[in-house]
Amino acid sequence: MNDMRILERDVDTNDVKIAAKGVQVYYGDNHAIKDVDVEIDDKTVTAFIGPSGCGKSTFLRCINRMNDTIDVCRVVGDIHIDGEDIYDAKVDPVQLRAKVGMVFQKPNPFPKSIYDNVAYGPRIHGLAKNKAELDELVEKSLRRGAIWDEVKDRLDAPGTGLSGGQQQRLCIARAVATEPEVLLMDEPCSALDPIATAQIEELIDELRQSYSVVIVTHSMQQAARVSQKTAFFHLGNLVEYGETGQIFTNPVDPRTESYITGRIG
Amino acid sequence: MTDATMTPESARPSRSLIHEDARTKKRNASERRFRAYGIAAIFTGLFFLVALLAAILSSGLPAFRQAVVEVPFTLTQEQYDAAEKALLKTGIYTDYFVTSLTQTMESEGVEIEFDEKAIERLLGKVGGDLRKFYRANEDQLEASVSFELAAASRVDRYLKGTFAREDLQSGNRFFMPEDFDLIDAMRDAGLIKQVFNWNFLTGVDTGVDNPGGAGIGASVLGSFFMMLVVLVLSLPIGVAASIYLEEFAPKNRFTDFIEVNISNLAAVPSIVFGILGLAVFIQFAHLPQSAPLVGGLVLTLMTLPTIIISTRASLKAVPPSIRDAALGVGASKMQAVFHHVLPLAAPGILTGTIIGLAQALGETAPLLLIGMVGFVARYPGTFVEGFIEPNSAVPAQIYNWAARSDAVFTEKAWGGIIVLLLFLITMNTIAVILRRRFERRW
Repeated sequence: MNDMRILERDVDTNDVKIAAKGVQVYYGDNHAIKDVDVEIDDKTVTAFIGPSGCGKSTFLRCINRMNDTIDVCRVVGDIHIDGEDIYDAKVDPVQLRAKVGMVFQKPNPFPKSIYDNVAYGPRIHGLAKNKAELDELVEKSLRRGAIWDEVKDRLDAPGTGLSGGQQQRLCIARAVATEPEVLLMDEPCSALDPIATAQIEELIDELRQSYSVVIVTHSMQQAARVSQKTAFFHLGNLVEYGETGQIFTNPVDPRTESYITGRIG
Repeated sequence: MTDATMTPESARPSRSLIHEDARTKKRNASERRFRAYGIAAIFTGLFFLVALLAAILSSGLPAFRQAVVEVPFTLTQEQYDAAEKALLKTGIYTDYFVTSLTQTMESEGVEIEFDEKAIERLLGKVGGDLRKFYRANEDQLEASVSFELAAASRVDRYLKGTFAREDLQSGNRFFMPEDFDLIDAMRDAGLIKQVFNWNFLTGVDTGVDNPGGAGIGASVLGSFFMMLVVLVLSLPIGVAASIYLEEFAPKNRFTDFIEVNISNLAAVPSIVFGILGLAVFIQFAHLPQSAPLVGGLVLTLMTLPTIIISTRASLKAVPPSIRDAALGVGASKMQAVFHHVLPLAAPGILTGTIIGLAQALGETAPLLLIGMVGFVARYPGTFVEGFIEPNSAVPAQIYNWAARSDAVFTEKAWGGIIVLLLFLITMNTIAVILRRRFERRW
């Protein structure tokens, strides 16, 4: 894909989906995220880039409160989704995670059949009233994950028997099956080959129609290809956030420029 | 500057790949030595295993065989009526039997003089057995009936070769020197045969005067009821405790303390659990003494640490990505554990449980303290009584028999070990089958 295309790309909407204000994250004594303010738009792909250990994954995991599972992790500050504070004491993190789906770095299908992998979320959330509805939902999700044609004849086969790229698309299908509003992706292509990566990237672009997608990536080319907005993290700080085209062609902060041109990182 | 113009500062001597240098030789030799040690270790282990099995089987298998004397016998109506009119009825029956046996042996070409006392010493109260049979089956009069009479334990031992003429200094009311001749005669006449000793498996313990009749059935049942108690209590408690500690409990000093103590408990000698059981379950809670229920409770205490440790290990072995995946689609922590983590950990949990149960099955020391080594000569009447009636357990019964002086009991003790091992093999087989069922491919 031609990187020049990013110049012509527009942001479709400007509705804010996720608003973070003054977010600090501590791992024990380690101050991992320092005072991050960011507003992530709906129906947009937002990329988080930055060197390893800069806190981009940590921040991503704050958005669906996956950090709750880490004992020593402490989050300060506000993150609002659709105006609701997700760290409010009344918020049930399980409900939140149904609304904010997540795809992980390493494909991690359940050691169950392909069908059960996708059907698990809808089952526990009661999204389908009967078997026929569930079948339909599974098919829709697998189509969304662009893997339906490859697996439609072997839905009973174990999900772990698929290739790496197929497994990751299955995980995306599993994530969209619970009908989330936000999809978080933590380096979804880092374990995949270029062809599988291209398939996933194409898929991400399609998913933008219905979801607000946040993707963490190590590859700047990937960020440039798939995202409309990019945030650059460095040492726990959000250094620069803006339109992808502007970040990659005309960064304001010298650190961003150094990273993009390959001098740091 | 290109590489070609560079002169290497310290030229490495060129080395051949075909010829080993001294270092390689040394390394290869040490590798070969190490492999030899390993093979030697395996063979040493195998040797001891084979020696052990051979000893157990050669000493224990005779306990499963028993000598019986098979005698064809016909009773006529007149003889029956005459015997029933007499004062000492069973004595008459014994006389008939002696006569019939003498004739049978003569027809086989063996001649020997013996009296009814000798028959009673060798075959027990034959007259009573015959009378009981004919009174119950009068239609068998005049017909030829073949009686299988269990031989006394000394006969059994003489035939198995563990009791010889030289061992008998002087005759007593159990055995006289001339009885050896009678046994030889019956053997020569082809009346003695070896049969499988079902009584050993189904019978109960007997007093010292009847070692031949002792069986292990009641104590197998005692062990079974104990295992039931152990399984029903320790599996849910152990698994629940480990799931909580591993998945839910905050990591702090208190949980660390608990963790250390569970590991310590696994190393506590079993006799300590026995004395604890005596103090708590019997003296304080007044549960029945010698009961499999109490034995099971004590063994549960002993088994719990084993189960908790192995369950936690298998929960830890489930990759965290599975938990993340479940939480990521909006499963609660409990759903993640029960739907995904636990099924994956199930094979490991099962293995740990079976190891714990096997340990508990072979445990004797705590049973001594709660009185499960008593003389128990009857089966429990009902299922509930199986838990609360005094009973023994297989290892305790073995210990008990081994402590008795009669050599027949020693043989039974070896036989009991075979039964115990079979019990264990059965449990392990069940575990392997269940494991296969639960195991999932990644």
